[in-house]
Amino acid sequence: MPEEIKAHITGVVFQIAAHAGDAVQAGDAVIVLESMKMEIPVEAPRAGSIKEIRVQIGETVQDGDVVAILE
Amino acid sequence: MFRKLLVANRGEIARRIIRACRELGIATVAVHSDVDAGAPHVRDADQAIAIGSAPARQSYLSIETIVGAALRAGAEAIHPGYGFLSENWRFAEACRQAGLIFVGPSVDAIRSMGDKTEARRRMAAAGVPVLPGSDGTVSDGDAAARVAAEVGFPLLLKAAGGGGGIGMTRVTRPSDLPGALTAVQRRAEAAFGNPAIYIERYAERARHVEVQIFGDAEGRVVHLHERECSIQRRHQKLVEESPAPGLSPGLKERLTRAAVDGARAIGYVNAGTMEFLVEESGDFWFLEMNTRLQVEHPVTEEVTGLDIVTAQLRVAGGAPLPWGQAEIAQRGAAIECRIYAEDPARNFLPSPGTIAALALPEGEGIRVESGIVAGSEVSVHYDPLLLKLVTQGTTRDEAVERMAGALDACVIEGVRTTVPFLRRVMAHPQFKRGTVHTQMVEQGAFNA
Repeated sequence: MPEEIKAHITGVVFQIAAHAGDAVQAGDAVIVLESMKMEIPVEAPRAGSIKEIRVQIGETVQDGDVVAILE
Repeated sequence: MFRKLLVANRGEIARRIIRACRELGIATVAVHSDVDAGAPHVRDADQAIAIGSAPARQSYLSIETIVGAALRAGAEAIHPGYGFLSENWRFAEACRQAGLIFVGPSVDAIRSMGDKTEARRRMAAAGVPVLPGSDGTVSDGDAAARVAAEVGFPLLLKAAGGGGGIGMTRVTRPSDLPGALTAVQRRAEAAFGNPAIYIERYAERARHVEVQIFGDAEGRVVHLHERECSIQRRHQKLVEESPAPGLSPGLKERLTRAAVDGARAIGYVNAGTMEFLVEESGDFWFLEMNTRLQVEHPVTEEVTGLDIVTAQLRVAGGAPLPWGQAEIAQRGAAIECRIYAEDPARNFLPSPGTIAALALPEGEGIRVESGIVAGSEVSVHYDPLLLKLVTQGTTRDEAVERMAGALDACVIEGVRTTVPFLRRVMAHPQFKRGTVHTQMVEQGAFNA
């Protein structure tokens, strides 16, 4: 079952920590956002493999935006 | 004295500097990124210049653009505020080369205190106590293990290329050292462009006490007493006060003397802060020196009755220090609360957004330093500090009581703020007693 991974805050994509095809564990950082001088990881909610990363470095994402798809 | 100054900053500190300039009859030039075009600091200034897009690297951190703007506007001096380029020696050097007065210390002082291992060396040589730790930087796991064997655990891994607690990591066990070393090197590289790290012993339950110092070109250095800044999250201060509660006169004397000795040893000119960790035993250790105006300078102004920012401008203009040590007294008590756009209920996660409504307290003993107005956009691109509340009283109890009232009167809608957290701090028995230490927030002492 594909699952959307959503940003929990508004920020700028600082780092893409996982890529399409990567296996991740629950709690692994998928992307890292920079907001107000803080680095905030968006984590995988469960173990799985990354189907798609929907953002690029430097892009601004809003709270609730889908940043990746997990399957 | 110069007649026109560019403020290379934004938010409340830019407004504070503009106010000081106005008092001395100095014309002001604001700079702003595109998202800050309508910001309060832009409206306050006599003139404003757009310097680029929202990301700080493309505006407030662009040395060339800012120096160019100053020259174009006919400014003779630049005040860097805090953060951004304030502790960047290359910026101070670029100002000097362009014939502009940099309101701050010499390039050499900024450079040597910005290199945290060099700062340790210079301060140790001046007789200022430094924590046991590595002699210079440690490059690999073997070197780190050797230092750790001498220093003991827990220890701290710290970035050599910059301070403010950024990247700082506590290591409690030898087996965690290699992994932590790699992680801190990576973070230091990202934050400061320099992966070098050093090791210091970790001081448990220590207090953060700092001393405001001020020097002039004639070699005079005075102190403006101490500030207690132990209430911190992620090594960033939330509450500061002066005097530091419960500091014995002997300890205070040793701290202020060490601060002045350290500043004098590096020929320090203008305002600066010597930060120390104070242990329960009364031992104290040099932490770092901030070669700039400090966020929390208002608490010192409130208890001394002196204006640090106008003094910075006068000394930068070539005047001697406006006060001698004997005239600098500490009267009453003052507290500052930093109101950040962060959600204390979610571990201080940033909370950008639009200020939908704003009502701020006023009255006797209350001072507000605000960078926002109703309608302000709180951007993801900058520090989350919205405003500072400062209260003063004839006693600490009175200042704390006024702060509690001021926080209750504070209405900020549209973003989450640290106000609810700060209310709990003011009401906390341990804070009221003044027995605080730097780990209290992380240990959950003020949780709802």
